[in-house]
Amino acid sequence: MTTTWFVAIAALWIGYVVLEGFDFGVGLLLATLGRDDRERRVLINTIGPVWDGNEVWAITAIGATFGAFPHWYADLLSDGYPMFLAILAALIVRGVAFEYRGKRDDPRWKARWDAAIVAGSLLPALLWGAVFAGMIRDDPPYLLLGAATTLGLFATHGAVFLALKTTGQIRERAIRLATRLGLAAAGPVAAFLTWTAAARPGPATVALAAAAALTLAAAVRAAAVRREGRAFAATATATALTVATLFTAMDSLGGRSLDAAAASPYALTVMSWAAVLFAPMVLLYQGWTYWVFRHRIGVRDIPPH
Amino acid sequence: MDALDIARWQFGITTVYHFLFVPLTIGLSFLVAGLQTAWVRTGREHWLRLTRFYGKLLLINVAVGVVTGLVQEFQFGMNWSEFSRFAGDVIGGPLVIEALLAFFLESTFLGLWIFGWDRLPRRVHLGCIWATAIGSALSAYVILAANSWMQHPVGYRIDDATGRAVLTDFWALLTNKVTLITVPHTLAGCFLVAGALVVAVAVWQLRHRGDAAFRSALRLGGWTTLIAAVALALTGDTQGKIMTDVQPMKMAAAEALYRTEQPAAFSVLTVGSLDGQREVFTIKVPWLLSFLATGDINGEVLGIHDLQAQYAASYGPGSYLPNIPVTYWGFRFMIGFGMLAAAIAAWALWAHRRGRTPTSRWLTRACLILPLLPLAANSAGWIFTEMGRQPWLTFGQFRTADGVSPGVSTTEVIASLTVFTLLYTILAVVEARLLIKYATAALPASTPAAPDEDDSDRERPLAFAY
Repeated sequence: MTTTWFVAIAALWIGYVVLEGFDFGVGLLLATLGRDDRERRVLINTIGPVWDGNEVWAITAIGATFGAFPHWYADLLSDGYPMFLAILAALIVRGVAFEYRGKRDDPRWKARWDAAIVAGSLLPALLWGAVFAGMIRDDPPYLLLGAATTLGLFATHGAVFLALKTTGQIRERAIRLATRLGLAAAGPVAAFLTWTAAARPGPATVALAAAAALTLAAAVRAAAVRREGRAFAATATATALTVATLFTAMDSLGGRSLDAAAASPYALTVMSWAAVLFAPMVLLYQGWTYWVFRHRIGVRDIPPH
Repeated sequence: MDALDIARWQFGITTVYHFLFVPLTIGLSFLVAGLQTAWVRTGREHWLRLTRFYGKLLLINVAVGVVTGLVQEFQFGMNWSEFSRFAGDVIGGPLVIEALLAFFLESTFLGLWIFGWDRLPRRVHLGCIWATAIGSALSAYVILAANSWMQHPVGYRIDDATGRAVLTDFWALLTNKVTLITVPHTLAGCFLVAGALVVAVAVWQLRHRGDAAFRSALRLGGWTTLIAAVALALTGDTQGKIMTDVQPMKMAAAEALYRTEQPAAFSVLTVGSLDGQREVFTIKVPWLLSFLATGDINGEVLGIHDLQAQYAASYGPGSYLPNIPVTYWGFRFMIGFGMLAAAIAAWALWAHRRGRTPTSRWLTRACLILPLLPLAANSAGWIFTEMGRQPWLTFGQFRTADGVSPGVSTTEVIASLTVFTLLYTILAVVEARLLIKYATAALPASTPAAPDEDDSDRERPLAFAY
């Protein structure tokens, strides 16, 4: 059961990076792809209905870590104190910014919240990479490369998402930027995956790392020929595979074995029942949200405040 | 001040802030759901206008409530890693369930509600705000189960080898008698907050803008506040008795009862010595404390000194006294502010009965502070119950002093304390100003209603966009 829960936590983190990955990408590209207020509103509203639900994946992952592996939870969060402090501060300002930005018709007010969205997206995009990398090794160059990896992946993923969700000029800009971002990301991502596979050359790690790199390449190709849906599937998969690679590369939970870090079998059983009962429903209704808000939006669709 | 004290301040500050916004979210989401239900069932336009008006206030508040909650999930591991190791087997599960069951529910359906006015059939859209409200209440249940375990641990054993708590009975955890009384008490507190805001805004609006639609809001908010206050009194009374049973030191501190008494008098006012060791001056009502604590006017209520001796014998030498003044005054401010809020709400209802419009300006003035009173009451209550549990993090099993993260330096904790306090204060001020702006705005005229069927063919702008 400890292995099952480790896999479940990995799955939660993978779900998180695939979903919030494009939230962060959209956010950090806000100023780049949104040239005026209405364009920025388009960008924000592509993720408006879903960003909060996406963020809950991280809360669930953290909570699951606490419940299933209390020692890992304690080690991870107290050892990574400054990083998590920065992530939290960023998420706090970003979260409020989405709601508050439109509440005053004042350009300076909006500019401040725009900055909050950009910074609040950029910082976690970097730091989550460092956090995940830190689960493998504590080496600053490796952590930096991890940070660059998630930044590159999320930015590309976000740009492709925007190309998929918008119309008109923004869509055009987004897909072109996505190609360039994907190319720029390729370097750090490939280097990071190679380093990881070299450090922990297990069959799963190597296979997933290779698959992640190839999928990113496929994403860039798809973006270059304007196959937006395909590109999105590819960036999502590449992001998922990258994080999956890291989880297969872990050989301990902060120095402890799975069993040594784990909660009791009874507690794990209770959590398993809860997961079996509630997780399918969550996937269902969260999936439904994406269906309800499947339409593309453009500048014409944005009402006055 | 060492790292432990700073970590405690941080937890106190972040949690009190979080619990300023959360009760309003819980209570107001139910009230807004009620308003929208009235609209869907009667079709009368003013219900829709009120739904959107108070819905805006809800969303302004939810934004800060959500982000302050993020910190809570991480803070156990960041600042209280030793406690996390000790208690994780028991309280980690509830936290995961809280996320899987409640947070996903409220976050997802809130997004659907905010953006779905023109996308979802009327009843489905209504279901979304109800799902949000229910999700927020479920979250309260689960987190209170975790906190109640810390007050009165059940359903566990201590592992001899590791010294950690190990869960043995999840059902016992969920049905802890402290949980069963704390949940209704806390939810009633949430409705007190929401009702007070609704009625206060309605009073202001009726006086300054005169839109009669707010009479409905005034009745809704006013009655919610009054019913909540009664519920608080009843559940609070039961909770006091349970607390006397499972945490007698907290009760004794709440009453500044230094010596065991039978019968015990209720303290209306007690001034203690500076070291908190004895009382200096007191005004008491005879028999009342016995009755409140045990249900019997001749019941024995244990005093602080006797309990200290008892605990020293059971747990070893040391002080088992919580901070008596904070516990004592926290308890009283909680009750006092709550009752004052109910009184003003009752006054508002009375002054507007049968279509009257009050001429007195005093009611409007009172309503300016009305929304703050339940916030103060809730905060006082939580400070009381958490400070009253000290020196324990888990009563009888684990001390607060042992729970702090050993590897986190004083500098790091000062940094986080500063960052969170600053951020939260700024956000609280920004939120308050936005709430005032939107609460005093004119109620918009009939807004376009949501369509009756799913309208996929969009030619017109979105009904709502950030």
